[in-house]
Amino acid sequence: MGDTILQMRSITKTFPGVVALDDVNLTVARGEIHAICGENGAGKSTLMKVLSGVHPHGTYSGEIIFDNQPATFGSITDSEHLGIVIIHQELALSPHMSIAENIFLVNERKGVLGFIDWNRTNAEAQELMTRVGLDENPTTLISQIGVGKQQLVEIAKALYKDVKLLILDEPTAALNDDDSEHLLGLIRQLKAQGITCIMISHKLGEIAEIADTTTIIRDGKTIETIDMGEPDATQDRIIRGMVGRSLENRFPERDVPIGEERLRVEGWSVNHPTQAGRRIVENASFNVRAGEVVGIAGLMGAGRTELAMSLFGKSYGRFAGGQMYLNGKNVHLNSPSDAIAAGLAYATEDRKRYGLNLIEDIRINITSAGLSRLTTATWINSDEELQVAENYRKDMRIKTPSVLHPIGKLSGGNQQKVVLSKWLFTDPQILILDEPTRGIDVGAKYEIYNLINQMVAQGKAVVVISSELPELLGVCDRIYTLSFGRITGELPVSEATQENLMKLMTIEKDEVR
Amino acid sequence: MTSTIAESPAPASAPEPKNEPAHSSVGSLILNFLTQNGILVAFVFIFTVLSVSNQAFLSPTNLTNIVLQYSYVLILAIGMLMVIVAAQIDLSVGSVLGLTGAVASVLIVRYQTPWWVAVLAALAVGLVCGAWQGFWVAVVGIPGFIVSLGGMLLFRGLTYKVLSNISLTIPSDPDSQGPAYASIANGFFNGILGGDGFDVFTVIIFIIAAVGFCVMQWRTRQNQLRYNQTVLSLPLFIIKLAVIAAVIIAFGWQISHDRGLPYILIILAFLIMAYTLVTQKTSMGRSIYAVGGNMLAAQLSGVKVKWVNFWVFVNMGFLAGVAGVVYSARMSSAQPGAGDGFELDAIAACFIGGASTLGGVGRVTGAMIGGLIMAVLNNGMQLMGFDESTRKIVKGLVLLLAVAFDLVNKRRAKTS
Repeated sequence: MGDTILQMRSITKTFPGVVALDDVNLTVARGEIHAICGENGAGKSTLMKVLSGVHPHGTYSGEIIFDNQPATFGSITDSEHLGIVIIHQELALSPHMSIAENIFLVNERKGVLGFIDWNRTNAEAQELMTRVGLDENPTTLISQIGVGKQQLVEIAKALYKDVKLLILDEPTAALNDDDSEHLLGLIRQLKAQGITCIMISHKLGEIAEIADTTTIIRDGKTIETIDMGEPDATQDRIIRGMVGRSLENRFPERDVPIGEERLRVEGWSVNHPTQAGRRIVENASFNVRAGEVVGIAGLMGAGRTELAMSLFGKSYGRFAGGQMYLNGKNVHLNSPSDAIAAGLAYATEDRKRYGLNLIEDIRINITSAGLSRLTTATWINSDEELQVAENYRKDMRIKTPSVLHPIGKLSGGNQQKVVLSKWLFTDPQILILDEPTRGIDVGAKYEIYNLINQMVAQGKAVVVISSELPELLGVCDRIYTLSFGRITGELPVSEATQENLMKLMTIEKDEVR
Repeated sequence: MTSTIAESPAPASAPEPKNEPAHSSVGSLILNFLTQNGILVAFVFIFTVLSVSNQAFLSPTNLTNIVLQYSYVLILAIGMLMVIVAAQIDLSVGSVLGLTGAVASVLIVRYQTPWWVAVLAALAVGLVCGAWQGFWVAVVGIPGFIVSLGGMLLFRGLTYKVLSNISLTIPSDPDSQGPAYASIANGFFNGILGGDGFDVFTVIIFIIAAVGFCVMQWRTRQNQLRYNQTVLSLPLFIIKLAVIAAVIIAFGWQISHDRGLPYILIILAFLIMAYTLVTQKTSMGRSIYAVGGNMLAAQLSGVKVKWVNFWVFVNMGFLAGVAGVVYSARMSSAQPGAGDGFELDAIAACFIGGASTLGGVGRVTGAMIGGLIMAVLNNGMQLMGFDESTRKIVKGLVLLLAVAFDLVNKRRAKTS
């Protein structure tokens, strides 16, 4: 490759009490796709914040050489000026503005007298959109397009800024397979146009597919940089580097006898909350038994979350018919509190939005759904509450100095453990886990799988919703597939493969039955 | 043998060494205290400056007057705190205060009802106003800001109607119910146990309060030790208790030299304690914080969000009713414009006291300190002869500075 675009030498960044980056070195060749891997909290994001000027020059030690010039960024504007653009996991778009308005925000295309020239704005936006393969009208509002397309808008915005080095922080974490594929294709195209790309990702398959080089960071240190062209650049090697141990098996073994039927759903249908008559879930039937892990596989938009939330006390959409049986008894749950009382738990896929109160501490989050178990007559037993939280911290191995710490500061994996603790504390019989390992690292995933095993070992029934098929194949006993709101198949795990599941997950509406 | 000792309800000395590493140096403790209690420190500072700069400020009569004059704002602030924690706002409390006071006065003056009937009627009207607003917020889903903006006009209009556009003076004629009603805000326990130049009963009540506070703090500490939580070291803990107890008793001593123990102080103390417990120690309280912190997550955790929203408005209406009674009793009259602008005082008290505009954060005690800062400033400036305009300017700046100070403090605490 020869030409290097970026060199970060001996970067050390400390926060009071923590060394976030310890002598990190990163060399990126011009025009390559460079993946950065590491567990959550390893220091990847901090490194990118140093690079993009979020942590300004002077707050870290070490040097950055960009385009053969020493770079001292005082702010994010300085780095953008040189062509370094970072796209964060949480997209920074204004939902009520159009695509074109978002692309040119702060850089409005002006005409006479400095007023905005809308024709020029939209025309130029259209050009950029074509470059990223975004087939939409520039005047469409951001809120009306999906996350995948929003991601493309961000990239279009970066292209406008004449980007030389594009940094993507887990770009595909929230995308379905189609959108991910499109995005990866686009990154390859950009590479062909000479744009260098740094990509933070947890998805090892994706890295193997797209990256030229991979740098692994663990505990704030660079572990190694692997040329992905080498024959021994395997996923196992990356995992070994990330967790510092080899993960022989990514899924823990389980040997739990399957018992009585716990939950049965018959003919469950749900309509869209506002669009009258639009079916989101159509006539879904399935069951789960004690000690069993049942998977629900479906692409984004297939109605997985909607089905789960509707079962959980009708918290989504308009109920349009169906029966639910708990331990063989027909029940009608009309609110989340009914569902909790009946022994149901639903751990959401979007823990920041639906799962946690981020301004409160860990303890209060853990007890938030099962508070009635801590109240005698009127008063909450705060000491008991602390003890409960403390026990979960130990059992779930939540990494925090104290349960009185704000939950917002925890890594994704640890936040997920708090979400699971919260639901386990309600002592549920049936747990519905919606994307339980989204956005969390390999090591924490393994722990979550272990926890799922412990749950079923206690005779609970678990439903896992996931778009990661290897995960479903690894943890489930039985898998249902969901496509366009309908259950299109049911396979014992022994007969399921990624291929036949994918086939069932993509059956079109009119093909069903 | 040793294990059985350890299991017995924690003797004070035994778990102590275990917590030793958690104690930090006195210096860092003080720094910690300052950053975590910025508003309290600001209050003490303002209080000290006013006491030094004006002889009359600490006098028994003036301290009693502060209690009498600002109690209704503090009562409103208790309810407002819960509304704000639930991420709502209630702009109508000034009008509800006016309306409830008007209803009570009309009952006493025009219908000669017993004073307690007037009080109950006022509270009922407050509850109805609260339920009205709670309905629109919780059931229909209109933001509290809009609902209460409407309520502010609606209830003010009703106040004018009830009073037929004129102010109504509550008679001081001893045969009427007037004096009994007025004594709610102007009455005192005095001379029950005698005393020479000071009221013994008042002093005894305050000593009981101080001792009670210390006992509760001690029990809390014992419980914390039992669950291996970090606590203040024993000497510091005793110093803290001694200082607080001394302040309580000193305050009691001062007001015992005036007219005695105001009834209103007892009502206020009761409300503060009751609502502190409700917000900190009950599921209901926890639900309010959960709804304000993350409404969607609260809903999925089984919190009945609609009920919480309804309840905070009903409760606010009730407390506005209490404040309406107190205010009209204090003024011995009902005016059509009574309570105009009080909602802003109550809201300011909450924000000065550390509540967040986004909801989910805030404490009753904080709001009380916030209210007291405003009260003490207002009173001090009045004593020093500042006119209304100056007082408004200063209060405006204090609101801004207090919140800025708090924000900067929190930001610093976050980065460290």
